[in-house]
Amino acid sequence: MSEAALNLPTIADVSGSAAGQRRLRRRYAAERRFRLYGLAGIALGIAFLVVMLVNIVSTGWSAFLQTYIQVDVTFSQDLVDPSGANTAEALRQGDYFTLLRDSLKQTFPAVSGRSETRQLYALASVGAEHQLRNMVIADPSLVGTTQKVWLLASDDLDMFWKGYIDRDAPEDQRRVPDSQIALIDQLEARGAITSEFNWDFFSNADSREPEMAGIAAGVVGSFLTLLVTLLLSLPIGVATAIYLEEFAPKNWITDAIEVNINNLAAVPSIIFGLLGLAVFLNFFGLPRSAPLVGGMVLALMTLPTIIIASRAALKSVPPSIREAALGLGASRQQAMLHHVMPLALPGILTGTIIGMAQALGETAPLLMIGMVAFVAEVPDGITSPATALPVQVFMWAGSAEQAYQEKTSAAIMVLLVFLILMNAFAIWLRKKFERRW
Amino acid sequence: MVLVIVIAVLGLAYLTFRYGRGRALARPAGMPDRYHSLPGYYGYYAMLWAVVPPVLILIGWLILEPSLLRGMIEQQLLGQMTVDSAHISLVMDDVRRLAMGETVLRDYGPGIREVAADYNQLRYLAFACVVAIMAAAAAAGFIFARSRIVPKFRARNTVERVVMAAMLFSACIAILTTAGIVLSLLFEAILFFNKYPFFDFLFGTTWSPQAALRADQAGSGEGTFGAIPLLAGTAMISLIAMIVAVPIGLMAAIYLAEYASPRMRSTAKPILEVLAGIPTVVYGFFAAITVAPLFSNLGSWVDIPTSPDSAIAAGVVMGIMIIPFISSLSDDVINAVPQSMRDGSYALGATQSETIRKVLMPAALPGIMGAVLLAASRAIGETMIVVMAAGLVANLTANPFEAVTTVTVQIATLLVGDQEFDSAKTLSVFALGLLLFIITLILNLIALRIVRKYREQYE
Repeated sequence: MSEAALNLPTIADVSGSAAGQRRLRRRYAAERRFRLYGLAGIALGIAFLVVMLVNIVSTGWSAFLQTYIQVDVTFSQDLVDPSGANTAEALRQGDYFTLLRDSLKQTFPAVSGRSETRQLYALASVGAEHQLRNMVIADPSLVGTTQKVWLLASDDLDMFWKGYIDRDAPEDQRRVPDSQIALIDQLEARGAITSEFNWDFFSNADSREPEMAGIAAGVVGSFLTLLVTLLLSLPIGVATAIYLEEFAPKNWITDAIEVNINNLAAVPSIIFGLLGLAVFLNFFGLPRSAPLVGGMVLALMTLPTIIIASRAALKSVPPSIREAALGLGASRQQAMLHHVMPLALPGILTGTIIGMAQALGETAPLLMIGMVAFVAEVPDGITSPATALPVQVFMWAGSAEQAYQEKTSAAIMVLLVFLILMNAFAIWLRKKFERRW
Repeated sequence: MVLVIVIAVLGLAYLTFRYGRGRALARPAGMPDRYHSLPGYYGYYAMLWAVVPPVLILIGWLILEPSLLRGMIEQQLLGQMTVDSAHISLVMDDVRRLAMGETVLRDYGPGIREVAADYNQLRYLAFACVVAIMAAAAAAGFIFARSRIVPKFRARNTVERVVMAAMLFSACIAILTTAGIVLSLLFEAILFFNKYPFFDFLFGTTWSPQAALRADQAGSGEGTFGAIPLLAGTAMISLIAMIVAVPIGLMAAIYLAEYASPRMRSTAKPILEVLAGIPTVVYGFFAAITVAPLFSNLGSWVDIPTSPDSAIAAGVVMGIMIIPFISSLSDDVINAVPQSMRDGSYALGATQSETIRKVLMPAALPGIMGAVLLAASRAIGETMIVVMAAGLVANLTANPFEAVTTVTVQIATLLVGDQEFDSAKTLSVFALGLLLFIITLILNLIALRIVRKYREQYE
């Protein structure tokens, strides 16, 4: 049969005729459009990431700075140490509340009137009292002298100084009234107001006063929790992986284990929290809010990740290694533990670190077991009440005060830095020890 | 205390290991036989006998301690104080807190301090006994192991059997976890359904755990628990998330798999995957602080009823979170389609996009469906974004600019703070948890099945 008889289009018809050209142009345009959609998909994904990160960094960087005001403080004997004992205990009992107020008044003698005076007092943080107390206890010779002291400013002043409060807004719509702005301007004119790096943010635990709140309790709590998670999930996960990959007989128990592991990997994290609440807290009576329980719950959650990664790593070791060991008379366990495992270790560790990074960012199950409580002290053990860094983020995010918003973003930045470090370490490990067989 | 025990156990393990190994190495005169196993195995054998029994005793004690002590103290409480047996567990919790040196909110009078002191004394006494038993067990185990270390003894076989048992036990933890989840959820959910009818829960259209709307209900004032508004809210937010994530994720995956140069692929793919590594609490904060006001303004601009915690803000941000799940799973699926199918299509004169749309997509569809289902189950179970950005009040609405609440939001908010385990409000959380578990389990099972079937098809 000839082509003409079949009425098939010839090459000339397709590419040469005007209609063919048009069709081809249309098809190429569709091709370009399609490619563009694909690029747009990637670009959108990356754009979301960038917008989110920029947003968080731009609201959070200022929390790493803290405003201080310089005030003349007369450490009068009557207030600081009325008994004259000059011991640390006596100095601790001093009336620093009045001392702080007197000092502010002394620095701004012109201020008068009830509400103006109250605004003046509101410039310094409650933390300034503690600051004065610690100064005196550290150096008792200060008693009786007058010093220029940089004091912790209140959160409103801090927010204003950092530019979060608009000076031109109507007075009833901003948290800093006109009289306070006048005082701040005076401080600025004297050079008595400054921003410094906020070390307190890293060394303080949570506080009801935003200017004194820090992430230390969250960081330590997260560290303790992850420690428990690692100690539980790494041995159990690796043992499971070795068993399933190397020794498990093909029977229904093995199948059930495999199905279970795959399912657990996709169970919502909050369900693990409910499990922890019902089993670890209510049934076994373990302490609430403790890193021990948090670590146990997160260990159950990270197990599937570690098992799946470890199995992949074990599988990638060529059988010749195993066979060589067996051929020399090693038992199956010896071949596995002495020869295959060391070669699979980098892969196992990479999977473990990625699992730990997931656990570090996890919040919901920790809420269920009560790690959401306000913890004003850095936890000192795995059974003491603690919070975790992401939970701290959650609690601050729910606070109404504007000053907590920058703290939240800053805590997120710290959390992301930890995550980046962990993942970078995992990538480095993989690059360094990756072997092609 | 814990540290001391850990150090003691580790020290014991080391010493007994050295002893067993040393004994096998020494080969005393008059024993011409060679030892069956390597010396280390005799060390491990001695260590196992000396360390495992006391550690098992300790674990058993830690599990049993609360209930044993509880039994004894409860008798005393009932005898000493005017405590009715219904509230005994609450009082017991407070006794325990007092004994640990914590403060309690309720006032019971001075009697409770005595009970707490007794409780502490009993604890210390019992603990001393347990430590003594542990020491005896360690000594007995060690002496037994010592008598077994002779050249004929096959230490390696025994040790390897123990290692195998330990590995099997580790593997069974996955099963135990699933069983623990199912049993704990079921148990508490059944308690809930004893208080509240099952069908009212599943098909009720009002969710208000606080208010007393139905006077005829047992223990009135317990609230109404109809799960439909929660399920509708969950469905709406997940749907919005999927509408955002599926097109973006799928197009990104297609581009990465089919068009991108290796260099672009190796940079863009990890960057997209960073989205999956960001903690959900960060997305929640982003949704609540930045995205929600945006949609709130948009909603009031086009003049429809809006709320500051709109469903759409939570949904869109959740969609962003899910993009990498869809893109990397679909990417794998598309890569798994055999090259011969592409070549065949090109040979017939199809352009690349035509090949993708007409050949690759139909071939990859089951796998992509699996990816989408997995992502949907992730969206349904996601908690932090909705807790922070969606509403708390159950609201049956079709307007995405209004606030809705979800199953996970209710679980998280009803349990935080309130911990009395006899109220319907608390127990309802476990019924919701069970519902959530079942829904996600079904989605996962279907998805995993589809993905596996698909993989087998091209292998």
